[in-house]
Parts: sequence; C-alpha cells; structure tokens
Amino acid sequence: MRGIATYLGAAAVFAAAFVHQAQAEEVAAPLGDPARGEKVFRKCAGCHAVGAEAANKVGPQLNGLFGRTAGTAPDFTYSDGLAREGRNGLVWDYDHLDAYLENPKALVSDTRMNFRGLKDAQDRHDVLAYLRQFSDNPRDIPEAEPTALSKEVDLSAEVLAIVGDPAYGEYLSSECSTCHQRNGSDQGIPSITGWPTEDFVVAMHAYKAKVRPHPVMQMMAGRLSDEEIAALAAYFAELGH
Amino acid sequence: MKLNRRSFIAAGAATAGFAAPMLRAAGKPRVVVIGGGAGGATVARYVAKDSKGAIDVTLIEPTRHYYTCFFSNLYLGGFRDIESLGYSYGKLASGGVNVVHDWAIGIDRDAKTVALAGGGTVPYDRLVLAPGIDFVEGAVPGWSVAAQNKMPHAYKGGSQTELLKAQIDAMPQGGTYVMVAPPNPYRCPPGPYERISMVAHTLKANNPTAKIIIVDPKEKFSKQALFEEGWDTHYSGMIERLGPDFGGDKVEVNPDDMTVNVDGEIIKADVCNVIPAMKAGRVCDMAGVNDGNWAPVNGHTMQSRMDENIHVLGDACAQGDMPKSGFSANSQAKVAAMAIRGALTGSKVFPAKFSNTCWSLIDADDGVKVGATYEATDEKIAKVDGFISQTGEDATLRKATYEESVGWYAGITADIFG
Ligand SMILES: Cc1cc2nc3c(=O)[nH]c(=O)nc-3n(C[C@H](O)[C@H](O)[C@H](O)COP(=O)(O)OP(=O)(O)OC[C@H]3O[C@@H](n4cnc5c(N)ncnc54)[C@H](O)[C@@H]3O)c2cc1C
Repeated sequence: MRGIATYLGAAAVFAAAFVHQAQAEEVAAPLGDPARGEKVFRKCAGCHAVGAEAANKVGPQLNGLFGRTAGTAPDFTYSDGLAREGRNGLVWDYDHLDAYLENPKALVSDTRMNFRGLKDAQDRHDVLAYLRQFSDNPRDIPEAEPTALSKEVDLSAEVLAIVGDPAYGEYLSSECSTCHQRNGSDQGIPSITGWPTEDFVVAMHAYKAKVRPHPVMQMMAGRLSDEEIAALAAYFAELGH
Repeated sequence: MKLNRRSFIAAGAATAGFAAPMLRAAGKPRVVVIGGGAGGATVARYVAKDSKGAIDVTLIEPTRHYYTCFFSNLYLGGFRDIESLGYSYGKLASGGVNVVHDWAIGIDRDAKTVALAGGGTVPYDRLVLAPGIDFVEGAVPGWSVAAQNKMPHAYKGGSQTELLKAQIDAMPQGGTYVMVAPPNPYRCPPGPYERISMVAHTLKANNPTAKIIIVDPKEKFSKQALFEEGWDTHYSGMIERLGPDFGGDKVEVNPDDMTVNVDGEIIKADVCNVIPAMKAGRVCDMAGVNDGNWAPVNGHTMQSRMDENIHVLGDACAQGDMPKSGFSANSQAKVAAMAIRGALTGSKVFPAKFSNTCWSLIDADDGVKVGATYEATDEKIAKVDGFISQTGEDATLRKATYEESVGWYAGITADIFG
C-alpha cells in the first residue's frame, strides 16, 4: 500500500511540473515576494551562497542560476545525476526550479542535494523571486547583501585556522566510510566528499555542540578534537576533486 | 593478482622443503586472513590498499559468493531479494589481495603456517582470524547441525536464509512459527527480534491467522521496548514470547516430528527456527586462541592475548563492550589493519577508535537504531558514549531512520568488498 502511495506521490510531482510548463506559455510565472524569499532562503544557505562574493559551498553558488544548464556552475563537482540531466538538456527555468525545490529527488533521483523540499508553493515562489534578482542582471547588484549568514556555531578564528593533516584524516575517515561512500554517492546517507573545508568544520562542530540534531553524528563528532575535525575536513575536501 | 587453487598449490609444492622465512623471496611481509566476511574482507582490503603493495595479503575463504546476514531479515520480510545480498571477491582481487577459495583446516603457530583443505600450506608473518561463529554443540537438546534443513538457524547467510523463507511461505494458514532464541553473547543482539518483526510482516499479508512464538532463555533483549511497542502497533495478537519465567530456558526440540518441548509443554511447529548458543568459528579453537568459547584480544591492536602474531576480529573475538555485528567487525578490522601495517612496515599508528550502529526494521518505513562509540583500554574495548531510538517517535523520523539504514548497507558493503 505504502509503495503505491509513494509512487502516486512522485507521479503527482511530475504531473504538476508538466502542468506548470503548459501554463507557463500563457501565464507569466507566479509572482513571489523577494523579501520574504530571502528569509526562506535561510533553509538553503547552509549549503548555497548567492550575491556578491558568493562562492561554491557544499552546493554550488546560485548567481546566474536562471537559464543555466543544470550541472554547469563553474568549479563545482556535481553528482552524476545533475551532470547527466545537464547533458540531457535540463535548463533551470522557473518551472523546473519550482519542481526541483518541491522535491529534489523526484526530479533528479540521484542528486546529492539532501533536502526534503519546500512543500509550500508560496515559499517556493518567494525564494525563486529572491534568487531571480541574482540572475537577470547580476552585475547590477554588487552592493547586495553578501550572504554572510549566521553560522550554526560560533567558532573562534583559531579553530577555523587549523590546517588539517590529510594523512591523519585518511585514517580517521575509515570510521566515516562505514556509512558515507568514498565515491560521493548518496543513498539515504549524505555525501561528504568535496566539501569546502570550512563548511565541513562548521558542520562537525555543530554536531559536536548538538546544534545539529542527528544522534549518530552527534556521537561521532562528540569525541573528535579540533585537530581531528580539521584533518577530516582536509581529507574529504581532497577526495572530492 | 588472483591466485587460483591449482597455481597456488603448485607454488606451495615448489617451495616445500625450504624453511618458512625463505618463502619471503620478494622480501615482503605476509599477512594471511582466514574468513572473507565483514571483518576479514575489510582487513584484507585495507592492508592491501594502504600498504600500496608493500605487504603481501592472502585471503582464505571457501565460498565464492558471500551473502550478508545483515539485511537478510529484510529478505524474509519481502523488502530485498536474495541477489541483492550477495558479493564476490573480484574487487578485492583486483585491489591486490590474493584470494584463495579454500578452508583453513589447521594452524601451526610455531612454523607460522596455515594448512588448507585442498592441500598445501600458506606461511604468514601476521595471521588474522575472522571466521565468524559456529554453534555450541548440544546447546538446544535434540538439535544438531545435521537437523538444520528441518529446523534452520538462518544465522549464517545464503542458503539457510533462503530455506527459512521457503518454509515460511509454505506454512499452512493459521500455522505456527517457533523461534528458539539464543542466550548471550551471540551475533547481532537485535537480529532475532528484527527477524520476528519481518516474519510477522510477511505472515500478516499472506497468512494473517498464523501465530509466532519466541522461546527465549533471556530475561531481556536488545531494543526490547522498541520492538514490543512495534509488535503491539503493527502485529497485535500475533506474537507471543516465552521468557525464562515461562520455561524459555528449558527447551528441547524434535526435528523429526517438528515439536518443541518448553519445560514439559509440547508445541507443534510448522516452522521451527532454532538459533543455538554460539562460539567463535572453529578455526579459533584449532589455533588454540580461545578462552572458553571466544578468542580474547587486546583492544589496542586486536591481537590475540594468546599469540601476538595473530589478530582476531569480528564475532569470533572477546573484546569487551562491543556487540557482535557487521559494523563492529568492520570497525575492528580498520584498527587491526593499521596495527598490522605499523608492525610490518613501520607506518604510523594512531590511537584505536571504534564505533557501531545497528538499525532494525519493525515494519515498512518503521526503522529504529542503537549505537555507541568505543575506545581501547588495557583491559578491554570500552564504551564511551551511545544512543538509542525512542519509543513514540513520529512516522517521518522512523522512515528517515529506515532510509538511512539502506544508505548504511550500501556504504558498508562498498567499504568491505570494494
Ligand atoms: C539475521 C541477522 C541479522 C544481522 N543484522 C545485522 C545488522 O543489521 N547490522 C550489523 O552490523 N550486523 C548484523 N548482523 C551481524 C553480522 O552478520 C555479523 O556480526 C558479521 O557478519 C560478523 O562478521 P565476521 O567477519 O566476524 O564473520 P562473518 O561475516 O560470518 O564471516 C566469516 C567468514 O569466515 C569464513 N570461514 C569460517 N571458517 C573458515 C575457515 N576455517 N577457513 C576459511 N574461511 C572460514 C566463512 O565462510 C565466512 O565467510 C546480523 C546477523 C544476522 C544473523
């Protein structure tokens, strides 16, 4: 029974995407509120930056997103899934972004974007309205707020400055690879390869401080020292490239 | 380089008569691993991979296809097919491990050689024993390994699991499934109870008037509150457990007439799943590294307390606080691999760290987990920190926990077999 329900659920998402597409030809994309969208974007900002100085994080930076072919942000290592969709011609227009944000894995089943989706249509319209500002004329917004978002945990400059030893990280990583695959694939367990080291360090300290909720990760991070976290960050950053 | 049996034996014959150290013609230290399961395949792969050819690694394992016990309960519940649980050793071989498909039948600790059933011996500098479990003879009166086709244990992977599934599917409507549960310590503490959940899931769909009886010598069991809550919710009225207060510790079976005698009361079973008391795989006894039923080890390196040239991993070892699980065996293998490389090539050795998490599935999308971290002390591997799923968790969290277990299975099997 459940299998069928899930199946219909996913099919409904696709159907919705097609309806949107059909409508888009006559009706302009629904208007969202960019100011509200900026708040919604906080859910995304752990992994994505946008605006002046935005750089790739766990996910690619999102300047110039509208009209970009999927899987093509410069210098970002994509999942096989997004790279493939890009080769198949997926272009990020409003409707595809809307469908992707509603349920990422329904549109690209093997995306590494580990996000359950924005189920509320207004949230999606608003966040897309916000992101649009950084796409149509991105050069006009150098003074826009850089996405200096509040960090999950406040780490001292010394902790962030520790340069990890990738060789030590490689040994420590054998504990991670029981669940997280070294090839970066993501089935039920997120990929941890190729992350910018600072994001990795912040995430691990957030687990250690029990700010992030997952009990296995809180336990694993709980006994790692600052140096060990830095070593793992250094190792996994290299592994993704 | 894969060594087939014929060429392997030929090599053995050609060098017979030389003293063992002479066999190190290439000057490379030799590691021999007995048992290609969760512990053995991991240690072989990691030593070969991390020593980058500086150590000669041979894995001795009789079967060409290893079927995991982990997730075999999901096969009984209809959530996996048997093929999805099978692995071959091709990637280990291409990663530089000499894979020899044979049984180890004797260990000469003075000569430092392993004798193979197919003839020939293999010399080692370090030997790793990871043979998993065997059953204690006479543990359940009336049952012996000879009766395993009538009353399967399904506690080693592959054909036994398939047999149990076939028997469950052939049960008459309203029939009785009896499990004789094992006493501590045994492999996978939640395993019998996850199995009960998965059998109930199958029967609820195909045979809803069937009964499940657990005959259990233990007062308490792993994740008990979680399982009992789930059984009440999903399989109300199907499952009955006879603990020691109901004679669950005084059980005898008769495989010929398919009866179970629980402290004088005779139960007629349609399927009888006997999971007897366990001990280290027999080869540990042959090597003389057991103390009682298990092989004690030093947690810093996983070296046997009886012989420093031998390491024992996984279910077979007595190490302290870790449960006997595939996750634990994999974790211990990495510590052993590091210690072995350190001893043989002088590579850097870091302090041992261990961890374990066991997921169990109670019904579709209803997953729970228990886990802990561990460190080595001079006496044992000691628990540091742990957690367990809570009763009353919402369906979204339980579904996420199940999805995570599917990710874990893909991750650990890639880590073990490449
Ligand atoms: C129903 C069930 C469910 C389980 N679920 C989980 C789970 O969800 N998570 C988890 O972590 N663990 C689980 N386990 C436990 C897990 O399967 C074991 O703990 C794990 O396999 C132990 O690894 P090992 O290397 O010690 O032994 P094994 O994996 O059993 O490997 C031993 C190998 O040694 C070989 N061998 C034995 N003797 C010799 C010899 N003389 N010569 C050569 N080779 C030999 C055998 O052929 C075998 O391949 C489960 C177990 C069962 C039964």
